Amino acid sequence: MANYSTSEFRSGMKVMLDGDPCSILDNEFVKPGKGQAFNRVKLRNLKTGRQWERTFKSGETLEGADVVDREMEYLYTDSEFWYFMEPDTFEQYQADAAAVGDSHLWLKENERCDVTLYNGTPLSVAPPNFVELEIVETDPGLKGDTATGGTKPAKLTTGAVVKVPLFISTGEVIRVDTRTGEYQNRVSKS
Amino acid sequence: MEHWQPAADLGILRQRAGLLSTIRRFFSDRGVLEVETPQLCSHGITDPAIEPFIVADGAALARPRFLQTSPEYAMKRLLAAQSGPIYQIARAFRDGEAGARHNPEFSLLEWYRPGFDHHELMREVAALAEACLGARQVEKYSYRQLFLERLAVDPFTASVAELEAVVRSHLDPGDMAGERDLWLDLLMSHLLEPQLGAGTLCFIYDYPDSQAALAQVVSAGDVSVGQRFELYAEGMELANGYCELTDATQQRQRFERDNALRRERGQPERPLDEYLLAAMAHGLPNCSGVALGVDRLLMLMTGASSIQDVLAFDWQRC
Repeated sequence: MANYSTSEFRSGMKVMLDGDPCSILDNEFVKPGKGQAFNRVKLRNLKTGRQWERTFKSGETLEGADVVDREMEYLYTDSEFWYFMEPDTFEQYQADAAAVGDSHLWLKENERCDVTLYNGTPLSVAPPNFVELEIVETDPGLKGDTATGGTKPAKLTTGAVVKVPLFISTGEVIRVDTRTGEYQNRVSKS
Repeated sequence: MEHWQPAADLGILRQRAGLLSTIRRFFSDRGVLEVETPQLCSHGITDPAIEPFIVADGAALARPRFLQTSPEYAMKRLLAAQSGPIYQIARAFRDGEAGARHNPEFSLLEWYRPGFDHHELMREVAALAEACLGARQVEKYSYRQLFLERLAVDPFTASVAELEAVVRSHLDPGDMAGERDLWLDLLMSHLLEPQLGAGTLCFIYDYPDSQAALAQVVSAGDVSVGQRFELYAEGMELANGYCELTDATQQRQRFERDNALRRERGQPERPLDEYLLAAMAHGLPNCSGVALGVDRLLMLMTGASSIQDVLAFDWQRC
């Protein structure tokens, strides 16, 4: 991979730092009128998800990381690995639990999601911002109660548990914001 | 071509014009003469932390010339020729300096006051800043006092290892290695500067002699200090000034020390400005001088968070 100098660092660039692939979030040039120039760089470690700030002397270089984001179709899981397919090439990839993380709560078979590959292997998986999932278990609905604003837990087909309004029943499909895990609206009535 | 349009909105360009006329009125009222000096000179700055652009080609060029990183040397030659107090609004150029507060080509207001020490000049800098920004409280800390109060470390007597430990307790510099001034620069630029001058004008003065640049060095009790000052407002460096070194022999030694550092670091050496050295040998009057970033002053006046927002055409648009 190419080397990048601090002046080339851009948000979104993927670099190797301390042996791990990292994504550059922000790069601030800091220089007193007299004295050493620095770059104050915000990074995210793509393996651990940790975000932090590292200061470099201006002009230092980092090696680029072989990291690419691909849109893939989620196929299935055998509970050890999660399988994804690139829709154009039909090439399949298996991601382990470390790569999938909490995203498994929102993966619906045959839906598109973003898979980040590092040296050709899935490093992380990001579900769509919104998914529609069916409720498999919740307390019986209070028919017609759309006004009181109370909530109850509901378990979805993926195993995720979200808070839903009291009038929602088992078998209904709801829309969830995967970034917050919050119920958005009811998609269909059973 | 999507970048043909100006970066700054026209209202800000009108404010820039107003700022320039405020500056000119300020100095005209005080009897300070406006001057202009060349931007292309046969010498470059020796300071290892500042890199000039070099103009290499042209029928009139016997050898490459350097775009000036500040008009300091030429203005000192005028002072040695008995110009009296002078100021200049100059374009300055510094390679590699680009970011939210830096554009490689920028405007410097530089002025010199024969007979002033650096404290007298700080008062005048405050008066100019207030003429542009409105009345503000003025704070002054010595460099030493600032480090002792804010970081509980003495920048003059702490060991290099102690300074590095303070840096590492607050920041992640990775495997960075360096001398005393590197750690001091990190503490100043990352931890101290962002807090300086909130709603005020904050002067820091009397720097370690290793950071004296072109300032007089005097002994102050147990340490020697460079009579240099910086002005900060809203966490941003606005100006850098000196009670100027007038001794030509010492000046030559500092230039040569800079070039020795450049050699050590694998940077190109710079030809010394023999015109300046001859002027100083002839006699530079005791004086203080300061350079103030005009674009940054305009950022403060307009509340702009990026220097691009106050330039007609920033580096990416020309």
